[in-house]
Amino acid sequence: MIDTLRLTAEEAGAMLERREVSAAELHAAYRAAIDERDPGLHAYLRTVDEVEGDGVPIAFKDLISTRGVETTAASKILAGYKPVFDATVATRCKEAGLPLLGKTNMDEFAMGSSTENSGFGPTSNPWDPERVPGGSSGGSTAAVAAGMAPWALGSDTGGSIKQPAALCGVVGLRPTYGTVSRYGIVAFASSLDQIGPVTKTVRDCALLYRTIAGRDPCDSTTVELPQPVELPETEDLKGLRIGVPKELNEAEGIESGVTEQVNAALDRARELGAEVEECSLPRSVDFGLPCYYLIAPSEASSNLARYDGVRYGFRAAGNGDIRSMYARTRDEGFGDEPKRRIMLGTYALSAGYYEAFYGQAQKVRTLIKQEHDALFERFDLLVSPTSPTVAFPLGARTENPLAMYLADVLTIPSNMAGMPGLSIPCGLSEGLPVGLQLIGPQFSENTLFHAGHALERALEFDFVPERLR
Amino acid sequence: MAITRDEVLHVARLARLELSEDEVSRFQEQLSAILEAVGKVAELDLADVEPTAHPLDVANVWADDEPRPCLPVDEALANAPDRDGALFRVPAG
Repeated sequence: MIDTLRLTAEEAGAMLERREVSAAELHAAYRAAIDERDPGLHAYLRTVDEVEGDGVPIAFKDLISTRGVETTAASKILAGYKPVFDATVATRCKEAGLPLLGKTNMDEFAMGSSTENSGFGPTSNPWDPERVPGGSSGGSTAAVAAGMAPWALGSDTGGSIKQPAALCGVVGLRPTYGTVSRYGIVAFASSLDQIGPVTKTVRDCALLYRTIAGRDPCDSTTVELPQPVELPETEDLKGLRIGVPKELNEAEGIESGVTEQVNAALDRARELGAEVEECSLPRSVDFGLPCYYLIAPSEASSNLARYDGVRYGFRAAGNGDIRSMYARTRDEGFGDEPKRRIMLGTYALSAGYYEAFYGQAQKVRTLIKQEHDALFERFDLLVSPTSPTVAFPLGARTENPLAMYLADVLTIPSNMAGMPGLSIPCGLSEGLPVGLQLIGPQFSENTLFHAGHALERALEFDFVPERLR
Repeated sequence: MAITRDEVLHVARLARLELSEDEVSRFQEQLSAILEAVGKVAELDLADVEPTAHPLDVANVWADDEPRPCLPVDEALANAPDRDGALFRVPAG
């Protein structure tokens, strides 16, 4: 009997190596867990029966193109779309022998922080099904938390891996921009989108990052990793300099239970030998969210222009000329949030407003990058809560887009600067997981894995949701 | 910063979105609130700051100009809502 709730991907790989289990049996065990638990969670949009590969199975967020397997980005405008090619990350997972379990639910086009913006219904949090799993990669994080996948891929634009990983009590990495190929990914905001791992442990995270990272000739924004990915071993933090930016740790809206768990984790870091010191990001936090909500929608309005009902996806029925077909297809095919962001981005890029909004936001982005660069001259890592709150109830923020946007206030600043971030679970508040965000300078993934692994060992967080134990 | 109904309709036209009456009034209200929040970027004097379009300092990326196979016509058309032989079919006009 395979306990999919507890088994890590690394342990599953070791079982395969020792021939205690076959890849088909492993795949079947996760499929059985999906059949048992997913009707109450809806983490998957579709599952895959064929077992292609002899390795540990994996789930993909539904914006990763999979040849012959429907890929919708949770949008009705892509319902029925079957890619005729694989995304580079899908190819790399295939080459590593990882069979696909299925495609996971998400906020439509990765626009959201709760997975409630899916065109195909929301996902529930495995710790409490009345609450959201976070988003936009909420299907991937819920699947891993509920033992319905040993590991998964998500995507992160403003916090869409880190924030749902925090809310579901799993590990999530947003890699340095440019280290993972975006070829074959349904685009949202191209200067920010990154694919990354969702796992139960930091070592699994490093293993999966190693599998997917590296330059891809099909994506000219990718670069070679300066150092190979190391699997973390050491369990102390001697000599590590940790900065605690007060704006990220004292922002309005951070729950006291979240602060308590983060402070306890910082105490453990000190015990493990780290030097912990307060520091400041004076403008990055205040101006990060406004900057993001100009740049990301602007890029989205351009990227989403391709959905025109001509080459693939949904086309609205009815008479009329081609312009009317475009406009009806887009109104009927897109959900509320993509429309809102297309409108916002189109406005910010339109004549007369471009300089004041988009141009100014790009300059703010420079300031944010400079503030982070300056701190990394003194610190190896920055630490904060990943999310200001634990998982909130389904429906609590759907009527107020601005309240939903605040869910990413702590993840956005470093994303704007292209810095990598790791979220690891650090404890419970009100019975729900709290995420600890570790931010490093560009290409510092090995440092993040090392620190994350040492803290994970010291904190001994049990990643199996209490109600499923 | 409030956005007018005419501006909502103008932007919807630019974005090729045929919004319903209900959407026009809802988006007018929501976009006004969002624009007020993001308008905060105007508070900073950034006349001497260079814009950042891309988070990495990368130079030009060159690829060898060598022909490679491309998608066969049937695959390129495999997801078309409507087709006519090797062509995408669309309404006239």
